[in-house]
Amino acid sequence: MPSSAVVQFDVAAFGYPKRLPVLSGLTLSVEPGEIVVLVGRSGAGKSTILKLVNRLILPTSGAVRVEGRDTREWDAIRLRRRIGYVLQDVGLFPHMSVEENVGLVPRLERWAVERTRERAHALLELVDLPPATFAARRPSELSGGQRQRVGVARALAVGPPILLMDEPFGALDPVTRVELQREFLRIQRQLGTSVILVTHDMSEAFALAGRIGVLDAGGLVICETPQQVAASHDPRVRVLLDTMSRPPESSTS
Amino acid sequence: MTALLHFLLTHRAELLRLVEQHVALVLLSTGVAAVLGIPAGILAFRRPQLGGPLLFVANVAQTIPSLALFGFLLPLPFIGGVGPRTALVTLTLYALLPIVRTTVGGLKSLDPAVVEAGLAMGMTPRQLLLMVELPLALPSIVAGLRVATVIGVGTATIAAAIGAGGLGEYIFRGLSMVDSTTILAGAIPAAVLALAADGGLAWFEHRLRSRRASSFRVPALALAVTIALGAVLAWSMSRGSAGTNVVVGSKNFTEQVVLGELMAQAIEAEGLPVVRKLNLGGTFICDRALRSGDIDLYVEYTGTAATAVFHQDVLHDPRQAFEQVRELYARAGLTALEPLGFNNTFAILVRTGDARRLGLRTIDDLRAVAGEWTPGFGYEFIQRADGYPGLSKTYGLSFRTAPRAMDLSLMYRALGDGQVDVVAGDATSAQIDALDLTALDDNQRYFPPYDAVPIIRTSALLRHPGIGRAMARLVGHVTEREMRAMNRAVDLEHRDPAEVARQFLAGIK
Repeated sequence: MPSSAVVQFDVAAFGYPKRLPVLSGLTLSVEPGEIVVLVGRSGAGKSTILKLVNRLILPTSGAVRVEGRDTREWDAIRLRRRIGYVLQDVGLFPHMSVEENVGLVPRLERWAVERTRERAHALLELVDLPPATFAARRPSELSGGQRQRVGVARALAVGPPILLMDEPFGALDPVTRVELQREFLRIQRQLGTSVILVTHDMSEAFALAGRIGVLDAGGLVICETPQQVAASHDPRVRVLLDTMSRPPESSTS
Repeated sequence: MTALLHFLLTHRAELLRLVEQHVALVLLSTGVAAVLGIPAGILAFRRPQLGGPLLFVANVAQTIPSLALFGFLLPLPFIGGVGPRTALVTLTLYALLPIVRTTVGGLKSLDPAVVEAGLAMGMTPRQLLLMVELPLALPSIVAGLRVATVIGVGTATIAAAIGAGGLGEYIFRGLSMVDSTTILAGAIPAAVLALAADGGLAWFEHRLRSRRASSFRVPALALAVTIALGAVLAWSMSRGSAGTNVVVGSKNFTEQVVLGELMAQAIEAEGLPVVRKLNLGGTFICDRALRSGDIDLYVEYTGTAATAVFHQDVLHDPRQAFEQVRELYARAGLTALEPLGFNNTFAILVRTGDARRLGLRTIDDLRAVAGEWTPGFGYEFIQRADGYPGLSKTYGLSFRTAPRAMDLSLMYRALGDGQVDVVAGDATSAQIDALDLTALDDNQRYFPPYDAVPIIRTSALLRHPGIGRAMARLVGHVTEREMRAMNRAVDLEHRDPAEVARQFLAGIK
């Protein structure tokens, strides 16, 4: 099925031998510039979906296509450099400065030193960390929110068309989280990046998503706009909605 | 303390040379171990099915006592032999385990999120290793190097036993002379070296952990410099020890060192260049070294040669014993020269005062007083069939009490102090004259002969006729009394063996 989709799951399944499948036949398309937020409890296979996209793992059956091409046919290194990745634990390199962390993928791509530097500084401006203050700092000298911003800047360094985010704002206090989410939306609209974000937090999904996918027992229960998800009567969706402190509003922005 | 300072000051040049050798041994072995161990650790981390066996091998190597490891390596070609080579191989083996282990440990303990981030960013395994894993594991690796270096400084002292030099030479010399000043002159600088290495590397490790030096070009450079430095030191020391020189060896006690000096100086007087490898370990090491060509000559004792080297029964007639040993050596391409003139056999010793008062001259005379006396013997002498049991049977001795077992070094003093009345000592011990003791004649020839005989590689003797001429000056000229006097000059008057030997040679022209 040819389409404009940037990422496409085609009945993709993943599991380990002699165990229950982690993911049983997922079908999902992500369009350019779209933010798809996948929500589910721990163990619902959220991180597995992201790892299938950048080929940290391959599906045991079905296929995952990135830019129309099966991940099995992609060179893993080339594929990963086209995909930004933000983890909940950030995974900043503790032995490198903020600037070196952000400039890492450009360096791997053998950009000129000056260009790498300019790019890193521009990105630090973008995530609201003035380079004059922050470029030379070590990750250990940053707050949790600042580290998360650096993680986002690092993932965006070579302007990847796709961004994968694994509970990126999970470990932050509520105020910082909302602030960062808002800023992230601004940046995403500016760059037009396609995003797959996984979280267990339904409020985060409503704050960011173009479409929300609800995962349960290794499969997708629903994948629709926030309004449609809010209106769902499926008990597996309602359980998640009930966890929200404030009921979802009918419109998202 | 002042004695130690005096010793260190008067031996400045030698001390410096030994420290240099010691440092070279440790730097070179730890450097080589790092070059082998860090990649081995990386391999073990990447391939756990390989890592298990690898760590097992390193663990086993670590449990072999260092002297035993030296013994295993001595007869091997290329890596073995007397001298720094065997020592370097042994020290390298010892340094491997801590380095491999901390490399694996450091890599295993990395934050998984950091590794995943690296992978997801499209790092190749090589880039991940060089840019993330190794720099982050570096402090642990340096901690391993630190342990390896400190172990190395300690183990290197034992290397003196196989002629590798280093501060162990003072320790072994001191042990054989029972002289604590000489032991300390080796032990204290070695301890200072160990502390300095530990402190320096601890500081380096701390710097790395504080994450200011992100690149690991600096440590890599430091490692390269270390190895280069060790290599240059080792090279500068090994120069001149090869080639056409005559190599004189000796075992590791005073008498042997003096005899080594005697032979070395006599050969030098013939215009031949001599390298001294004195203070090698025991009989086994000297014999190995002689057969492999690492040394050209040393002095052996006929009784020891028959039992320890050739595993034969000893003939009790000195001449027959010598002919037997000469024959056995000849078959191995080695020439036993005529005896030097003294017999370092067991001596049954009593206080000279007692001997005079009671008219004791032979061991037979002892029978009359044995019932009143307490004997003191070494542990081995009491056990061995050809020791105390045979002695008491041959001479029909029955003492007042069972013999008191005591350490050889304490035995003489115990006799002098009157704690025991008769001991079995060395016929050439310096203590005989110093404590005014008398050796009773073994009139029934119970003890086998231990005539001192120079053993020379026949090929060296043919190549350098000067060796034969030099030895002709010594053979038959070193009596028991003279040997005792020389031992005494070194052991009790703390004179330099080389100087004692020079004085003796001047006396016999």
